[in-house]
Amino acid sequence: MDVVDARTAASHRSQGERWDEARALEIITEIKALDGATLPILHALQEAFGYVPEEAVALVAAQLNLSRADVYGVISFYHDFRRHPAGRHVVKLCGAEACQSMGGAELASCAERKLGIRMGETTADGRVTLEPVYCLGLCAVAPSAMVDGKLVGRLDETSVETLLAGLEA
Amino acid sequence: MTVQIFLSRDAASVAVGADDVAAVLAREAERRGIAIELIRTGSRGLCWLEPLVEVATPAGRVAYGPVSAADVASLLDSIAGSGDHPLRQGLTAEIPWLKRQTRFTFARCGVIDPRSIDDYRSHGGLVGLEAALSIGPEAVLDRVVQSGLRGRGGAGFPTGIKWKTVAQAAGPQKYIVCNADEGDSGTFADRMLMEGDPFLLIEGMAIAGIAVGATRGFIYIRSEYPHAIAALNAATASARRAGVLGQSVAGSKYAFDLEVRVGAGAYVCGEETALLESLEGRRGQVRAKPPLPAHRGLFGAPTVINNMLSLAAIPFIIAEGPKAYADVGFGRSRGTMPIQIAGNVKHGGLFEAAFGLTLGEIVDDIGGGTLSGRPVRAVQVGGPLGAYFPRQLFDTPFDYEAFAARDGLIGHGGVVVFDDRVDMAAQARFALEFCAIESCGKCTPCRIGSTRGVETVDRIRGRHDVTANVALLQDLCQTMKLGSLCALGGFTPYPVMSALKYFPEDFGVAAVHSDAAE
Ligand SMILES: Cc1cc2nc3c(=O)[nH]c(=O)nc-3n(C[C@H](O)[C@H](O)[C@H](O)COP(=O)(O)O)c2cc1C
Ligand code: SF4
Ligand code: FES
Repeated sequence: MDVVDARTAASHRSQGERWDEARALEIITEIKALDGATLPILHALQEAFGYVPEEAVALVAAQLNLSRADVYGVISFYHDFRRHPAGRHVVKLCGAEACQSMGGAELASCAERKLGIRMGETTADGRVTLEPVYCLGLCAVAPSAMVDGKLVGRLDETSVETLLAGLEA
Repeated sequence: MTVQIFLSRDAASVAVGADDVAAVLAREAERRGIAIELIRTGSRGLCWLEPLVEVATPAGRVAYGPVSAADVASLLDSIAGSGDHPLRQGLTAEIPWLKRQTRFTFARCGVIDPRSIDDYRSHGGLVGLEAALSIGPEAVLDRVVQSGLRGRGGAGFPTGIKWKTVAQAAGPQKYIVCNADEGDSGTFADRMLMEGDPFLLIEGMAIAGIAVGATRGFIYIRSEYPHAIAALNAATASARRAGVLGQSVAGSKYAFDLEVRVGAGAYVCGEETALLESLEGRRGQVRAKPPLPAHRGLFGAPTVINNMLSLAAIPFIIAEGPKAYADVGFGRSRGTMPIQIAGNVKHGGLFEAAFGLTLGEIVDDIGGGTLSGRPVRAVQVGGPLGAYFPRQLFDTPFDYEAFAARDGLIGHGGVVVFDDRVDMAAQARFALEFCAIESCGKCTPCRIGSTRGVETVDRIRGRHDVTANVALLQDLCQTMKLGSLCALGGFTPYPVMSALKYFPEDFGVAAVHSDAAE
């Protein structure tokens, strides 16, 4: 995905390029003329690097004439933005009501057991990050999840186990 | 002869295997030497039948579903032969679940190719825009007022009045903002329509721009909706190429263009002022009102901010006239509502109907009861801030006022069904926990009270001093109701208090005095 696409799309990528200041500056420069450019820039940076690296904060602040505290404030407010790299795969299980009614909580426990981690954690080998998400709009084919940006519905314990086992090392 | 086959590309269809079905269809058809034209549409909203495959016949489209990749071979054999198949549902248009609906807004969804503006046009698209251009802004505003349309984002505010306020506000730049944050659990109508008929939203926003004198628009879509984002990005580009957006809208003297922006996983950004903050590049903190967004909205300019469905209802109202819209409905709730039936339900999906169906009709009759086959115990209507209704309230008509009269809300039209295994104290706990996670932090009762509420419910669930803790919980809810700036803190008490009121046994008490809930 190039920069122009990235600015109007959310990043669901967990993996990214190595930090590269010139590349970051290029991304910021391309987008900063937009009105209210902060979120599009942060999305694009996360799309490129897999998270919003510490080094990027000063750069964004300088380019947008904001304080670093302002930029930190924005990053920390939104659940999507990561301050640290995620695992090589990101599994977001829906924890909202429609999925709860179809056994979503049991599914979450099943995934936690299978991976040996809690919601919000990453496996020690860096393979999988497990996170909650609150509704994917798949409430009529619940319970649902987003796996590395791909949507899956009508999950049950068996399909969750298969899905997790199928994620490459 | 080439067989036309229709298959949804809607996120919910893809999530249950539609792309696999598409791939196998192409492969197997080729192997059999059957020429097919596969058209990826939006969803018809019969989610329990997804992936739904439709085959064009002289009598109309014939539906098969739910089709898995493994069914494709036998399906192709039957298409080449008699057409009989165990998954055959008959003519799509005759499926009772679809036939009973009044599809004003979702008329094209599931029918057309959402990537094709020509298909949109040939199915009645852009008629509203052309009518708006010929009658002019004043008449458009009048029609919107006369239609009785109320905002579908939850609060039910009259759209015509909002638009008139912005039309009358002075300013060199005005904006149309579409709220497509759709954070409520159990709702997916915005998503489905954006994916299945994206030009309808663009048309609605262009009409809004002409009516109030705005030349720029933003569509704020939540990041959890990658398919909708892609659909709107593509549709915006093709609307621009077709001259529907740009310096001269459909060849007129009006300019209007729009941009898609993506949220970042914050529920509160669905609140209109938090959304504007977010669009401006800041933390999504709720602004105090006044000033209203209509006077000082995006970047301080007069702004129409409407829910996606409100804007999408406009082309019908302008094209068919306000009377056609207002003629259906219930009480002060005019027109149709796309009801989203979700959760533990047999026939889940999107059911667009005039207001006024009872909750019981929606859950038992249309929804067919639970998917698990167990008794329905509770139904949450209106998302995470909506009340839980027990069966004894199933006579409540789907109408803003009727739900409010029973301490509930219809919100964005989501109906989530739970069977008898639900633990209502756990649901109350979740409502408070969700509030704690998503609070923007501005008001203490919302930010801190929600966390105290979680702890209190935990003590109740552990059966520690239940009577005192139930009283404390009621007190907390009262404080949140009165001391919160927006509905996140202010309405979280609804699911909590309704759970306590109608399902006290789950909290270890016989009954509660619900004065605090009223
Ligand atoms: C916490 C919270 C979340 C909201 N989420 C949404 C939402 O996702 N979509 C929406 O259209 N309105 C949402 N609203 C309502 C908006 O504030 C606003 O009323 C709506 O966008 C107005 O558009 P309408 O008049 O067309 O309904 C939310 C309100 C609150 C308090
Ligand atoms: S009620 Fe909660 S979300 Fe709403 S403004 Fe107050 S703190 Fe923010
Ligand atoms: S509640 Fe899980 S997808 Fe909507």
